[in-house]
Amino acid sequence: MLEISRDLHDKIVAHARADHPDEACGVVAGPAGSDRPERFIPMTNAARSPTFYEFDSTEQFRVWREMEKRHEEPVVIYHSHTATEAYPSRTDISYAGEPGAHYVLASTRDEDKTEFRSYRILDGQVTEEPVNVVE
Amino acid sequence: MAIEVRIPTILRTYTDGAKQVEGTGSTLGEVLADLDSRHGGLRDRLVDGGGLRRFVNVYLNDEDVRFLDGLDTPVKDGDTVTVLPAVAGGAVTALPAVAGGAVTALPAAAGGALFI
Repeated sequence: MLEISRDLHDKIVAHARADHPDEACGVVAGPAGSDRPERFIPMTNAARSPTFYEFDSTEQFRVWREMEKRHEEPVVIYHSHTATEAYPSRTDISYAGEPGAHYVLASTRDEDKTEFRSYRILDGQVTEEPVNVVE
Repeated sequence: MAIEVRIPTILRTYTDGAKQVEGTGSTLGEVLADLDSRHGGLRDRLVDGGGLRRFVNVYLNDEDVRFLDGLDTPVKDGDTVTVLPAVAGGAVTALPAVAGGAVTALPAAAGGALFI
């Protein structure tokens, strides 16, 4: 299960909306081992594409190093799909390199409603999990 | 010459769980070959026929080695090499070979991690 505050949920949705029609991406860091997403870190989509995202490698290094200094880990790795459902694509599954993370997918395909779903991706297997948005 | 090499979680199966291993060599390529002699298969996850794999980031101290000399980047005693899997994906099924570049169709990954 992903437990996430309303504030963080809304920040992810706002980021996805702001970058639409390009895919948005980012991280929510939390204390290592806690499974608590706490610190919102929107990332640049170096691909700036409506169907592909990639963290800028230098930015990723800085963020990962900062997390390490703060004894954090990437609790959530999020990105948006802009014309398809909020479900991990084959590409998403192939490139999921953080086995401990909750992979959050938002979809901005509908103007009025942003889908928000979460998954674990381990060894190429996707498992959807419930999302509990805490007010 | 001791070069510290920091290994991401997903590759620690090659290092018996170690987050960090030591290698020797005067270039990045040599260090990876040296590591591979003790951690067989690790190099293959980082390098393919064309050099460093597309969706793996390797840094020498603070810099992505793609902005240096790739596998030929010289290394010296006390340097740190960090490996991070690229964070990437998206709705696309045929991945761009380079960000924003021509689309190259890659083999479908059915249940496996493509860069591994």
